[in-house]
Amino acid sequence: MNLWKRLMCTARRRSPWLFHMNSGSCNGCDIEIVAALSPRYDAEQLGVRLEGSPRHADILCVTGPVTRKAVGAVKTVYDQVLGPKAVIAIGSCPATTNVFIDSRTLDGPLDKHLPVDVFVPGCPPRPDAIIAGVARAAAILAERGNNSPTTTVAIASVAEEAKQ
Amino acid sequence: MSYKIPMGPYHPGLEEPYKLDMICEGETVVDAELNIGFNFRGIEHLAETRNYVQVIALMERVCGICSFIHTLTLCQAMEKLTGLEAPPRAQYIRVVMAELERLHSHVLWAGIAAKLMGFKTMFMTCFALREKVMDVLQAISGNRVNYSMNHVGGVNRDIEDPIALVPMIDELEREMMRTVIPIFTTSSTARSRCAGIGVLTREKAISCAVVGPTARASGIAQDLRRDAPYAAYAEMKFEVPVEQAGDVRARLFVRALEIIESCNILRQALAKMAPGEISSAGEKLVFATGTATSRVEAPRGEVMYSVTWKENSRNPARVHVRTPTFANMPAVRWMVRGARLADTPLIQASIDPCYSCTDR
Repeated sequence: MNLWKRLMCTARRRSPWLFHMNSGSCNGCDIEIVAALSPRYDAEQLGVRLEGSPRHADILCVTGPVTRKAVGAVKTVYDQVLGPKAVIAIGSCPATTNVFIDSRTLDGPLDKHLPVDVFVPGCPPRPDAIIAGVARAAAILAERGNNSPTTTVAIASVAEEAKQ
Repeated sequence: MSYKIPMGPYHPGLEEPYKLDMICEGETVVDAELNIGFNFRGIEHLAETRNYVQVIALMERVCGICSFIHTLTLCQAMEKLTGLEAPPRAQYIRVVMAELERLHSHVLWAGIAAKLMGFKTMFMTCFALREKVMDVLQAISGNRVNYSMNHVGGVNRDIEDPIALVPMIDELEREMMRTVIPIFTTSSTARSRCAGIGVLTREKAISCAVVGPTARASGIAQDLRRDAPYAAYAEMKFEVPVEQAGDVRARLFVRALEIIESCNILRQALAKMAPGEISSAGEKLVFATGTATSRVEAPRGEVMYSVTWKENSRNPARVHVRTPTFANMPAVRWMVRGARLADTPLIQASIDPCYSCTDR
């Protein structure tokens, strides 16, 4: 890895910009993300910023159990984030669909649709846990360098093709 | 020549996914269309497949901001069906929790309103202050958001030393009086952004049947805590703030005054807290056949639950929820008519919408 690439990786680890996406969450995790950015927990000291556009972001934070109406939007937003990118699933909902399991209007959990790098469990997770998750995702992002992520979706489809 | 500006559903300016289409002529909004349903998780149907313990955990997650209110309303309806009554101490603890939730919800709203005004410093101040409320909530329930405090016939956790919480409430009220309320009420920046915009007249408010702070800001003096007291509210003395103007500033005023009243109620409830048991529930619950309704004043207005049960059944036959945003939402259309496009985010936020409650 040349010097320029190494510098870029360090820069990415020190300033992970987030895009927050609500895929049918109950607002519990969403307010905890905002609380994590508030003066008490102060995620901004890690260089974290909540961005308005997915195209400016490095890390996609998804909350909620992924409702049927949100599936298309989740995929579109993921594609709009420029690589290298990381995905954090905040809360128990994107990880397992939580108490809403068996609901007919859900198409979750999230890792069915996107490759998830970090799961932050909890209903909702505490702001400290969210910050720890973001820090870990930033480290993954730096490790990943300029390589595009190996997607779990891609692996799954390859496995299916192999079966056939 | 009018044109349509779509906003959302996944717009950075919105806290939740919903779609607001503004039909504009130049800079002026002529009409608005609201599309919701992006948060539809089918909770009412799921409730029919859960037993009487699980349904409480499920309904707590209808909304992360007023999670206590939802379980309180559900448990009150279920108490009517089982014939149980929460003991006096549990009633007081319910009042304390409900008021703390109102405090944190209103401060959160003030922060979001400040952000939409472009007043980022105030946003940070509000969230720093909100953490103080969260500390009290955490001291009582052990959790920050989903408190799991209610069960049928009582509450799960006792407040062991109620008087020890009073200094925290005093500190909170002092901070409110010192920074947040003066800035929102006297600062010319805040006044220029909210005075006279998003007006909902008293007549329109009545015909739209709005509830909660939105109604009280349009001169309708309604508050279930006073009009149809539940829990221990009948023993509390408090004022119901009412403003006549009906604009965004009036809604801000009403919420600011409600924060002070909430501190007032909290002090009374903590001082007068009755001794005794916190639960009257036995081993097994026996439900009667029938439908029970319960109404509670949530931070955003009236929440109504209608619970139907069949005898010898573990699961409810039907749980119907009517949330305050469902009543307030149509009024946004009348508020934004004639407003400038730049004011619309603040106007639609002024009803404090919660679409995850409304969609369920």
